[in-house]
Amino acid sequence: MSTVPDRRQSSRRRDGGATSSRRRGDRSMVPPADFRSYYGRPVVKPAPWHHDIPAYLFTGGLAAGSSLLAAGGAATGRPALRRAGRVTALGAVAASGYFLINDLGRPERFINMLRVAKPTSPMSMGTWIFSAFAAGAGVAGVAEAAPMLPESLRRLLTPLGTAGGYAAAATAPALATYTAVLLADTATPSWHEPYPDLPFLFAGSALASGAAVGLIAAPTAETAPARRLAVAGAALELAAGHRVENAYGLVSEPFHQGKAGTLMKAARLLTAAGGVGALLGRRSRTVSVLSGLALLAGSVATRFGVFEAGLASARDPKYTVIPQRERLAARGPADAPKETPVDTPPPAGPLAPGA
Amino acid sequence: MAGPNSFYGPLDPAPDAGYVDAPPRMGFFTDTSVCIGCKACEVACKEWNAVPDDGFDLLGQSYDNTGGLTANSWRHVAFIEQPGRPSSGGCGSGSPGGGCGCSSGASGQATTTPGAFAGLPSGPPASAHAAAVASQTVPDTGTEPGVGPAFDALAAAATTASVLDNSQFLGMPGSDLPGRTSEAPREDFRWLMMSNVCKHCTHAGCLDVCPTGALFRTEFGTVVVQSDICNGCGYCVPACPYGVIDRRQDDGRAWKCTLCYDRIGDGLTPACAKACPTESIQYGELDELRERAARRVATLQEQGVTEARLYGNDPGDGVGGDGAFFLLLDEPEVYGLPPDPIVTTRDLPAMYKRAGLAALAMAATAVVSFLGSRS
Repeated sequence: MSTVPDRRQSSRRRDGGATSSRRRGDRSMVPPADFRSYYGRPVVKPAPWHHDIPAYLFTGGLAAGSSLLAAGGAATGRPALRRAGRVTALGAVAASGYFLINDLGRPERFINMLRVAKPTSPMSMGTWIFSAFAAGAGVAGVAEAAPMLPESLRRLLTPLGTAGGYAAAATAPALATYTAVLLADTATPSWHEPYPDLPFLFAGSALASGAAVGLIAAPTAETAPARRLAVAGAALELAAGHRVENAYGLVSEPFHQGKAGTLMKAARLLTAAGGVGALLGRRSRTVSVLSGLALLAGSVATRFGVFEAGLASARDPKYTVIPQRERLAARGPADAPKETPVDTPPPAGPLAPGA
Repeated sequence: MAGPNSFYGPLDPAPDAGYVDAPPRMGFFTDTSVCIGCKACEVACKEWNAVPDDGFDLLGQSYDNTGGLTANSWRHVAFIEQPGRPSSGGCGSGSPGGGCGCSSGASGQATTTPGAFAGLPSGPPASAHAAAVASQTVPDTGTEPGVGPAFDALAAAATTASVLDNSQFLGMPGSDLPGRTSEAPREDFRWLMMSNVCKHCTHAGCLDVCPTGALFRTEFGTVVVQSDICNGCGYCVPACPYGVIDRRQDDGRAWKCTLCYDRIGDGLTPACAKACPTESIQYGELDELRERAARRVATLQEQGVTEARLYGNDPGDGVGGDGAFFLLLDEPEVYGLPPDPIVTTRDLPAMYKRAGLAALAMAATAVVSFLGSRS
């Protein structure tokens, strides 16, 4: 007999834990300390994406940033910046393509992405932006092999490469920022709510990583613009990151906790160190390279941190329920759905006794 | 085709999607007040749509071993066990169906039960007693199950239990209405059961963000995935404000309720609604269902079920109203539903604007960096 559970006890235990079973008091503008849920289960589903997607966020940003660096190098006669930028952009674009296709549930159907052009889908828009960018960056990257080619091919390829490089640079800002819209256009609380600042975070991260390529690969005589770009990118990344991590109340919380918290903290430190190093290491090749590596690592950490924070916010129903409850409360009782005062007993249902 | 409300606000979705002479919008009204938790809807859905097995898990969450809507569960019956509510009269008025459950005054006295049931009336749970009483009062119908040896055994068990503890729950269902006799009072406890399903939103986030066009709006205003086109990008999964659509692991594609698109085109009722024995799931023209639901909630309110409310019926809500809406007996989040869902694409123009600004800032930064002094 002792193994038969007492009904009341088992009910209490099963009631979704203390947080979901406690009743809420009077509604007010103060965020409720408590909320109810169905056994603590998530309300929205986390994205089913693996590490491919944050890796793409980084490589896509890197491709965009380095293509801007390459275009700047080409326009101002800095061949080392141009070459490093173009080759990096080509490599990053190829890696991006791999990550994007590998993350599909049906990779062999990746071409279906090109069936439609759909403005309501940031992923569809992104596919087209990425395709246009990849064409330009591909040609520009290949053109860097021109010196190894025979004269006739070289004469054809060099102007094509220049055109491709500028075309890639023209689409680069869109490539670097659409990914923020991609994440924000979901029901994932910590991605959706910070949508005003997320594109700036990603733009800064892309600039910093692109500039880092210049710091690592170019001689110090050519790196002045890369330095300015690195400092500006790092500053933008830090400033926008600060807003994403702190300005959005409850949904900023996942950026400080767990895996995401660690990553975001690492991102802050690495990006700040890289920015300072870029500023001060003007004459030292070693400091430049180290700064560049720090900026790249910071950008990686930022992307993975934002990704993980979003997943964490989707897994915990509190980030979905509490902000929505606050929204309803703010809208006022007239507009809110009818609620039962918590102390009113639930009265007769369809199976009244003696019915 | 695309009008001012194409992305947010009240809308008839099929004509907006380009259908000429679209049939009336079809949908579900799920009245949870008559759901008995039989899960026939889950089974019928799986049978008709050949939805794969979703594992034999014991979740320890009441009778819910499905867990939620997934790629392999297109209907999901939620079970919520709730204590009754305290009353001023020291009477078991927490009984969900019957007002005061201890009309005879025989039980239901307030006790000092700790925890979630603190201050609530507690008495012997009804089931065993009800069964015992029923075994003596139900006339022999001459059919199985009639009053046979099984009932005697049950009666004996219930008697033993009451001697020992008076509150032992033996896990046996009662066969009498709770509260009919003083020995079998209503419990300080209620069940909430709800068959959850895809809402077929007027403004469907999943459909908006699908980059391949695999998700489409049918002529009935419902939202369906074309499995021969879906490439499993998974974008629809986080876009759904209700957490409905899901990617199937071994298969890689996204799946969800189709509102039995293959049945309703032939004038048949969707499998779940067809199988529902209590008409908790009602299928029909959405306009008619909305009227019916309004009448039903008014009736319940009149009978004193003041917590009855409709969910997803309002075309002015954040998703433009659901094609599948519900009558609930508690707040939506208790059932695992979002209290105020808003389609994410409502903010998409603002998002693009911010991204455009960020892109401009990025381009300007690059230009300025290279314009500085040559070195």
